[in-house]
Amino acid sequence: MKLKVLPSILSSGWSTTPEQALTPGCSKMASLDRVKVLVLGDSGVGKSSLVHLLCQNQVLGNPSWTVGCSVDVRVHDYKEGTPEEKTYYIELWDVGGSVGSASSVKSTRAVFYNSVNGIILVHDLTNKKSSQNLYRWSLEALNRDLVPTGVLVTNGDYDREQFADNQIPLLVIGTKLDQIHETKRHEVLTRTAFLAEDFNAEEINLDCTNLRCLAAGSSNAVKLSRFFDKVIEKRYFLREGNQIPGFPDRKRFGGGTLKSLHYD
Amino acid sequence: MSFLIDSSIMITSQILFFGFGWLFFMRQLFKDYEVRQYVVQVIFSVTFAFSCTMFELIIFEILKVLNSSSRYFHWKMNLCVILLILVFMVPFYIGYFIVSNIRLLHKQRLLFSCLLWLTFMYFFWKLGDPFPILSPKHGILSIEQLISRVGVIGVTLMALLSGFGAVNCPYTYMSYFLRNVTDADILALERRLLQTMDMIISKKKRMAMTRRTMFQKGEVHNKPSGFWGMIKSVTTSIPGSEMPDLTLIQQEVDALEELSRQLFLETADLYATKERIDYSKTFKGKYFNFLGYFFSIYCLWKIFMATINIVFDRVGKTDPVTRGIEITVNYLGIQFDVKFWSQHISFILVGIIIVTSIRGLLITLTKFFYAISSSKSSNVIVLLLAQIMSDSWVNLQGMYFVSSVLLIRMSMPLEYRTIITEVLGELQFNFYHRWFDVIFLVSALSSILFLYLAHKQAPEKHMAP
Repeated sequence: MKLKVLPSILSSGWSTTPEQALTPGCSKMASLDRVKVLVLGDSGVGKSSLVHLLCQNQVLGNPSWTVGCSVDVRVHDYKEGTPEEKTYYIELWDVGGSVGSASSVKSTRAVFYNSVNGIILVHDLTNKKSSQNLYRWSLEALNRDLVPTGVLVTNGDYDREQFADNQIPLLVIGTKLDQIHETKRHEVLTRTAFLAEDFNAEEINLDCTNLRCLAAGSSNAVKLSRFFDKVIEKRYFLREGNQIPGFPDRKRFGGGTLKSLHYD
Repeated sequence: MSFLIDSSIMITSQILFFGFGWLFFMRQLFKDYEVRQYVVQVIFSVTFAFSCTMFELIIFEILKVLNSSSRYFHWKMNLCVILLILVFMVPFYIGYFIVSNIRLLHKQRLLFSCLLWLTFMYFFWKLGDPFPILSPKHGILSIEQLISRVGVIGVTLMALLSGFGAVNCPYTYMSYFLRNVTDADILALERRLLQTMDMIISKKKRMAMTRRTMFQKGEVHNKPSGFWGMIKSVTTSIPGSEMPDLTLIQQEVDALEELSRQLFLETADLYATKERIDYSKTFKGKYFNFLGYFFSIYCLWKIFMATINIVFDRVGKTDPVTRGIEITVNYLGIQFDVKFWSQHISFILVGIIIVTSIRGLLITLTKFFYAISSSKSSNVIVLLLAQIMSDSWVNLQGMYFVSSVLLIRMSMPLEYRTIITEVLGELQFNFYHRWFDVIFLVSALSSILFLYLAHKQAPEKHMAP
């Protein structure tokens, strides 16, 4: 199969797939499929640093306050290492602001919540309030998205039922792990484990200024990769709305009960 | 005996105010954060309590509650405590906090904070020199010296706030100034915003793919470093044209991101205006609209009076209440017991002024705090900012209260002014009134100019296709 490519971009080292059709003069690699993932959380938890780390494999040198929304793109290999491997673009939309913003700001933010395929909820491990605000963040984003299917908008209280029906994959990431003292680590991690259970989500705890946290092969990288795979599957492969079989066990601290999704 | 009763009444009320300040601090200001240091809270509540007590004493003065000598004693004590906190404790505390958060100076915190405090005291003292505040027969460390300086700062602050508030209040309330915003405008802007985001995404996709190929080819760094790096990049990579591509694309992306931020802010602005339009159609909105007209007339009158005062170099000798009553008596021929009514009316007037100024201050404090604190959620930084802000706010608030006592004197009939004059010593009160008028005028005029410019500029932005 001959590909018309610009010599400056492609080289022999690239594993070519049939989709990479580049027309000369058009520099857009528009042929890869894409998914949209929101990154939500309070101000100052480290969303911008996290997104930078995920997309550019570098630590963000000068984090500044995000106004509006900043987007970055990660190239992800779906089902890496298997014959069905395929490359996708993952757009990470980092929406700035706080849950207590004026309603005009919330209405403006709502324009970013359209057609979302996955949500990453970021909280600060040193700040309990940011973890509690995640419920409000997820409601804000999900309410916007669930309206077309006719689900009632809740009055703002956390409702586990709603999360049980939720089709959009969630991931909970706790940042600033390095600032938690060793002795308090167990208690903090227990709390975040319960938080992740409430969302029926996986959780990752890391330090955004440390490249090794997401080094290839580490458990964090594996979880991240699984999350992105799940997002891609939901978007492109599973139309019937069935749950992915073989949902992995989550680690439990302190022996909590097993929560099961209930589909009535 | 009566002194004890009076003192106990005063102390009870002080404890009540303290509790109120504490609750306000906890519930309103810090309800979203975990505050672990209580010192700031204590200082805030204490200052609040003592400031409110001063106002309480004024009211007692009018109503002639409590013994005259015990009132005098409490006045003096209150003033001493407030001045102590304002001038000595709080600046030192602020300096200490700033210093202790700079890592370099951590070891000699105390020393540096003392130095900072001494610099503050020096400037504070110098502040008094250009103003003709005092008669020279007072010593250096007397209460009058301190009060005069505190009074200057406080009066300036009050006049600035009043000037801005007097202009801003009708502007916000009246719907005459509301721009017309339709849903179509908002949708158009949102579409532009999303289009910009899409453009950013496509450029970033290109960059990400380029980086990935380069990484797979084995080049980790795309920036040549050092002399040999540059030579290497020239010779080895013939397809080296992708490197300038990246920086070029990055520049385009930066420009687009700036544009997206602008669009986001404009859209938020439009939503806010639309909400205000909807609000103004409700009953409450109409009520505030009417109030807005009323206030605008009042503001114009105040500005006019301030100008007259300055131009004609006139300071009112009688307070407005007595004058109002005199005019009424003269014009309408109604027989009034002037003394009786003036006491009650001035009590009500002073009470209203006090309540609205406290309320206004607390509301402004809350808004200001939210505006600053929403940018960081990290505990440490919030604490630092909060402490510095609270301390400086405590300072300003104390000064505000002290100087409002000075100015309230103007609104009170002669017989009630005596105690304030006695307690505060011989300050040139006229100077303060003149200073207030000047700053008020300046602040009001510049706010009018500022709001006019802002109002004119906004519609043009939305006319662009």
